[in-house]
Amino acid sequence: MRFSGSDKYVTTGDLTLAVNAAVTLQRPLLIKGEPGTGKTMLAEEVAAALGRPLFQWHIKSTTKAQQGLYEYDAVSRLRDSQLGEAKVADIGSYILKGVLWQAFECATPSVVLIDEIDKADIEFPNDLLRELDRMEFFVYETRQNVRARHRPAVFITSNNEKELPDAFLRRCFFHYIKFPDRETMKRIVDVHFPGLKPALLREALEVFFELREIPGLKKKPSTSELLDWLKLLLAEDIPPEALHSKDNKSAIPPLHGALLKNEQDVHLFERLIFMARQNR
Amino acid sequence: MLIDFFLHLKENRLPVSIKEFLALLEALQQHVIEHSLDDFYVLSRAILVKDETHFDKFDRAFGEYFKGVEALPGMEALIPEEWLRQAVKKHLSDAECAKLEKLGWEKLMETFKKRLAEQKERHSGGSKWIGTGGTSPFGHGGTHPEGIRVGGKSENRSAVKVWEKREYRNLDDSVEIGTRNIKIALRRLRRFARQGAPEELDLEGTIAGTARNAGWLDLRLRPERHNAVKVLLFLDIGGSMDDHIRVCEELFSACHSEFKHLEYYYFHNCVYEYLWKDNRRRHSERIDTHDVLHRYGNDYKLIFVGDAAMSPYEILQPWGSVEYNNAEPGATWLRRLTDTWPHAIWLNPESEHAWQYRQSTSLIHNLMGGRMFPLTLDGLERGMRLLSK
Repeated sequence: MRFSGSDKYVTTGDLTLAVNAAVTLQRPLLIKGEPGTGKTMLAEEVAAALGRPLFQWHIKSTTKAQQGLYEYDAVSRLRDSQLGEAKVADIGSYILKGVLWQAFECATPSVVLIDEIDKADIEFPNDLLRELDRMEFFVYETRQNVRARHRPAVFITSNNEKELPDAFLRRCFFHYIKFPDRETMKRIVDVHFPGLKPALLREALEVFFELREIPGLKKKPSTSELLDWLKLLLAEDIPPEALHSKDNKSAIPPLHGALLKNEQDVHLFERLIFMARQNR
Repeated sequence: MLIDFFLHLKENRLPVSIKEFLALLEALQQHVIEHSLDDFYVLSRAILVKDETHFDKFDRAFGEYFKGVEALPGMEALIPEEWLRQAVKKHLSDAECAKLEKLGWEKLMETFKKRLAEQKERHSGGSKWIGTGGTSPFGHGGTHPEGIRVGGKSENRSAVKVWEKREYRNLDDSVEIGTRNIKIALRRLRRFARQGAPEELDLEGTIAGTARNAGWLDLRLRPERHNAVKVLLFLDIGGSMDDHIRVCEELFSACHSEFKHLEYYYFHNCVYEYLWKDNRRRHSERIDTHDVLHRYGNDYKLIFVGDAAMSPYEILQPWGSVEYNNAEPGATWLRRLTDTWPHAIWLNPESEHAWQYRQSTSLIHNLMGGRMFPLTLDGLERGMRLLSK
């Protein structure tokens, strides 16, 4: 079973190769790339394409590695004990299964997404070394060893906010999703807006890539922003000519708020346009 | 054969490990890829390289190994990019293509180097020089069947290998520094401690206490955990520092939100007996450096930010300051400060190569005991690592 993109997700050759290598060798795949290039989407699409269930674990700054395995709900047990409930005797009824445990238990091979691993504490990846390597862990409360019935395909995304430890990296495969070129971008837009007029698409892509070229932008617009912008353009029914009219008044592309998310960027952009007009 | 490849990567100082190498062999054994060098490139990169900043290094090493030639001498520096920008494009028929002589790789490289040495101007069209759109084997966009592509994008495919595109050049050693990146670097300095009023539920303690109480609830509270590191920031302002104002602003704003205990003072060029907190009123609201020395305990970490560009007299001589008459030389003051706060570093916005050429920079570098770091992400990280020891 090989992954080769889907009707909603366009991949490049190197990405499919990395995914297939990771799935075949049952190693975790670490995905990095600019925000909005479809890192999180990838796991969903792979799960859909391979017909496997997907388990998602979204990481926050307060997430602990232990929470992905299991949690011991001591407070409920304490309360129950004061109330004299019968189930207090069984510690197992206070163990809550985490995402990894659920995936390990799954009867079919599954896909696990560990999203934005760099948001967690610096030690977080180190606490998962054995779990990701051997795909097993030990539950101290019940003296039970949980081992994966089928090694799940693990996808990990990162935005580079923290460096990941070497020991962790050595256990993963790695792929950097680079920003799509014009051709790939066209394919991506085709997938999302099948009926888009070619003229509008051409003009929009031109504006978009020009915008990305502007030096000094704090946040360059990315694929997801382009798609949002196109959605708006379609909703407002803006004609292609309006995007690239050389006439002075409308030099700023309509609805640019969808592309530029930072006030300083908008200012910079307006200043550049102002300067360009003066040079004329 | 692949062992040599592995050792070659090691030689090029890529952080590859045996475990990863074995994974690569396993992948080959399981036929993840067909017999294609391009696929092998992608596969080996995914398995061996774990950081996009190493991609460029890997591309070069991979290219070298699979061509079996020495690295091109100074490829980046020798050929300005605009030479290669697509200017003219000739279209030859297949027959004409065949007519072009096919040079062997070795000979091609040799001639390439020779041409590089001879050529001094931009070239476009024609059939000998390195440039765009011609039929010479060198340059890009041309139609020689076995050419070496230098920059530019592939069009006829025959001279092109992905790893030669050097697409990841920009990601190598990123010098870009933004507030957010600075914050991440500053986090290395975090030191968590529990201080203040106990108002957070200590779950572990409560459970342990309750168990010891034979089941009667024993609530335990503890103070909240927060970052207890204390930082003193001394910023050089004015004069030659005006060139670096943006990066200093970013550093300052990042520090401000990251540290709860942050105190900052301004100085000009070198520290003397006065500092100030508001640059607009620097002459009316001066603060005696002695007061500052006595105000903060030695658990504060001291960070200087300045380009250390001044006349050596300003450091070494009494009365040497450009602004006013100082009774004691800057070096004395600097020593006094670093004695009071032994955890001290100097961040310099100038690039690290330039330091040795400026006398005052070397002087301060020595006075700081070598603890001077460039104000880049990498420098900041090294500095923070030292401070947190």
